[in-house]
Amino acid sequence: MSASLVPAPTPARRPPGLASRVWSVSAVPLVVIVLSVLVGAAIIVFSELLVPGHPFDLGLPLVAYSALLSGALGNPDAIVSTLVYSTPLVFGGLAVGFGFKAGLFNIGAQGQFLVGALGAVMAGVALAEVPAPIAIPLATLAGFIAGGIWGFIPGFLKAVSGAHEVVSTIMLNYVAVQLLAALVSGPLKVPRSPSPVTFDVGNAAFPIILGRNGHLGIALALIAAIFVWWLLYRTTWGFEVRAVGANPDAARYAGMRPKLITIATMTFSGGLAGLAGTSVLLGVTHTMTSSFGTTVGFDSIAVALLARSNPLVIVPAALLFGGMRAGAGLMQIKAQIPVELVDVLQATILLFLVASPVLRRVLRTGSRRDGPADSDAVVASLGGEAVAS
Amino acid sequence: MTDQTGTSLAPALEMRGITKRYPGVVANDRISLEVRPGEIHALLGENGAGKTTLMNVLYGLARPDEGEILLDGQPVRIAGPSDAIARGINMVHQHFMLVPVLSVADNILLGEETMANRVFLDRKEAHHRIVELGRRFGFEIDPEAKVGSLSVGWQQRVEILKALYRNARILVLDEPTAVLTPQETEEIFAVLRRLAAEGHSIVFISHKLYEVLEIADRITVIRRGRVVGQRLPAETNEDDLAELMVGREVQLTVDRGTSHPGQPVLRVSGLKAKDDRGHLAVRGVDLEVRAGEIVGIAGVAGNGQDEFVEAIIGLRRPTAGTVTLAGTDVTGRSPRDINEAAVAYVPADRHRFGLITSFSLADNLVLTSYYRRPYARGVLRDGDAIQRDASSAIERFDIRTPSATVTAGTLSGGNQQKTIVAREFDRELKLLVLDQPTRGLDVGSIEFIHRQVIAKRDAGTAVLLVSAELDEVLEMSDRIGVMYAGQIVAIVDGRTADKNEVGLLMATGGTERGGTERGSATPVEVRP
Repeated sequence: MSASLVPAPTPARRPPGLASRVWSVSAVPLVVIVLSVLVGAAIIVFSELLVPGHPFDLGLPLVAYSALLSGALGNPDAIVSTLVYSTPLVFGGLAVGFGFKAGLFNIGAQGQFLVGALGAVMAGVALAEVPAPIAIPLATLAGFIAGGIWGFIPGFLKAVSGAHEVVSTIMLNYVAVQLLAALVSGPLKVPRSPSPVTFDVGNAAFPIILGRNGHLGIALALIAAIFVWWLLYRTTWGFEVRAVGANPDAARYAGMRPKLITIATMTFSGGLAGLAGTSVLLGVTHTMTSSFGTTVGFDSIAVALLARSNPLVIVPAALLFGGMRAGAGLMQIKAQIPVELVDVLQATILLFLVASPVLRRVLRTGSRRDGPADSDAVVASLGGEAVAS
Repeated sequence: MTDQTGTSLAPALEMRGITKRYPGVVANDRISLEVRPGEIHALLGENGAGKTTLMNVLYGLARPDEGEILLDGQPVRIAGPSDAIARGINMVHQHFMLVPVLSVADNILLGEETMANRVFLDRKEAHHRIVELGRRFGFEIDPEAKVGSLSVGWQQRVEILKALYRNARILVLDEPTAVLTPQETEEIFAVLRRLAAEGHSIVFISHKLYEVLEIADRITVIRRGRVVGQRLPAETNEDDLAELMVGREVQLTVDRGTSHPGQPVLRVSGLKAKDDRGHLAVRGVDLEVRAGEIVGIAGVAGNGQDEFVEAIIGLRRPTAGTVTLAGTDVTGRSPRDINEAAVAYVPADRHRFGLITSFSLADNLVLTSYYRRPYARGVLRDGDAIQRDASSAIERFDIRTPSATVTAGTLSGGNQQKTIVAREFDRELKLLVLDQPTRGLDVGSIEFIHRQVIAKRDAGTAVLLVSAELDEVLEMSDRIGVMYAGQIVAIVDGRTADKNEVGLLMATGGTERGGTERGSATPVEVRP
């Protein structure tokens, strides 16, 4: 029964045209987004019923969504704000997506994000008085290295002992939170300050290059996306990463060293997540408080999944999520819908994406015989593998 | 079509004009097949010809788009496997559907428990019936033996017993001899003949021509989803069948010519290696392969051949012994070091090791050379060079593909193997290591690959050929080493070797060692 049911078609099959290729890449994400928006609308309508005395209005979802949209794209300031929110998501999405390519589920982007920001603030504070052209690259590099170390640890553990990266990176997320709190309220704290906060990074702060608060990180994120794409598809290193991700046995047979590649991938992935933290710290906050830290690291997983790990598609996926964050405030003001609806939307997108094999069958895009996309394979394997190995 | 005897017995099974379409391909195109009571009917065809689809239709796993199935002349609709079994149709799959940790009786009873009182199994009755059934068809079996401890040949008998226990009248065997030694094949054939003599109808699926000629009463050949001919064994021969099956004249036996062995290239001494579970699988192997000769390794699968090859090629670290290549000690070196020493390797499992099925054909063609010029300069890959050489390889190695950019997983098995051969053969080689190079391939692809191997040998390459297909080893090799329980128990001349003699060595490891050397590598056989 080893032969497939279908006789292999010997006559040449026509390669798919551009239109069908675009459709096969974008159909699932688009449907997922539309479905999530519908679910969000239903939640808005239902939540109205829960508020006693609230005038029932079926058009409220429309009001909310249009406020969300204009908050994200309504004017130049809104657009810049979307870009600023999207920047760390691009870095984070690249980090998680790069891991997926090597068959690794780096769920620790959040921890690497925090440690990266910590590295950037430590270097930035030390370099605050140094001329910007020196201070900025060095502080950025420090953020990359710090995140990289946080990624190296689980990569190394996996290579030498087989410790599953999902478990070790989750653990390291907690370590990162506590490390940050300890440092910010201890050695890094401004003396005699009433609250735990570090000094300003001064000259190491990213310059504003766009509008009111569009900082240098936006450009760096774009460059990073192109660089990661180039690395994956144009270099022998990227070939090795993808080979190990697709078939570690064949990679070993081909003379590659999967363990080394696992370590290198996790380190680089951690570095990218570190840059996400760096971009927030040097570009937006300039100081660090003990409550520093958003959900960027976790949102990045959704971004990478939505983009199916393609570095260039990660940019629009990050813009979508960043735009929702940017517009949430206006939505709350105009429609009295709490900003948390955005989290609901993002979570719904994630849920639909996990179910995407079903969607793909319904939409008839992409044949299963081509093998699942890397992110699908990783997610599908998580159920058993995360616990078993 | 031809009814020689002219008897008027209603066929036990008749499939009329079965058509099954899958998107983009017609797997079965108006196939008709008729099996009489007590007949062994062989279904012959290449991989992908539509044999499996047809049997899936019969077993209720696939619904035909057109056509009908008749049992004893009555049209039936088969809803699924359990319906098929209830109607007396049973299938013995190529990969046995047995639970190794359960006993023979438990495996046979699975899903078919004879209830003594609706709660407990009537084991006594079941045991009795199993032993009875075995005796009727010429073998004694211990119902309490664990299936995992049985040899492959006996496991197959358990599968057949399972079918008989369910009162099968029509038995479908899918490539039943693929995993058997010649002796085991003979024994199974004896069982099948007795089954037929008792009035059972047997559909025997195979692509081995000589076997079909030996066992079948009638032979139906299908190609590309269509019946292309029906023959009686007495009025045909292997060449005729091969031509029908492939659609053109095929050279079945390799013209291996004469070899001119030169200096020793590979020298293995005292090699030991463990398998993945940590058991010693290679137990001290000494072997020499000279330039310009083919050394075949015959052996029942699982006697340490894979581990032996992996230890040579650098994928497995030997626990003792040395491997020297043209005088240089390469024991324990990495796969890349070995590859750079002009050694090529065709792995046994092409999906696990040989290919990355989600990568393009072009990327698979450079899987072992992607980092070298001309495919890379520094860390930069040269896409033009990769594409150019891919197109050339596709042409020279006759890889049937729409383009070099399709993923390797979409190609047929034969074309996947040709891709690996193109990658591994296409340079100057000192040593060529082949592990099951033609497993599961069609006659045409086998012929092509064998010719390439002979060409390499004639160019002065030392060739180590491991195969579970004894015929392949016998046809190709200048010398044959028989591997049994992790050791080479005999080396015989490839041109004078006797098939039965080698088969016996494969099964027992030679008379003087028989029984004593049985390690974890071979299952212990329960003898009648």
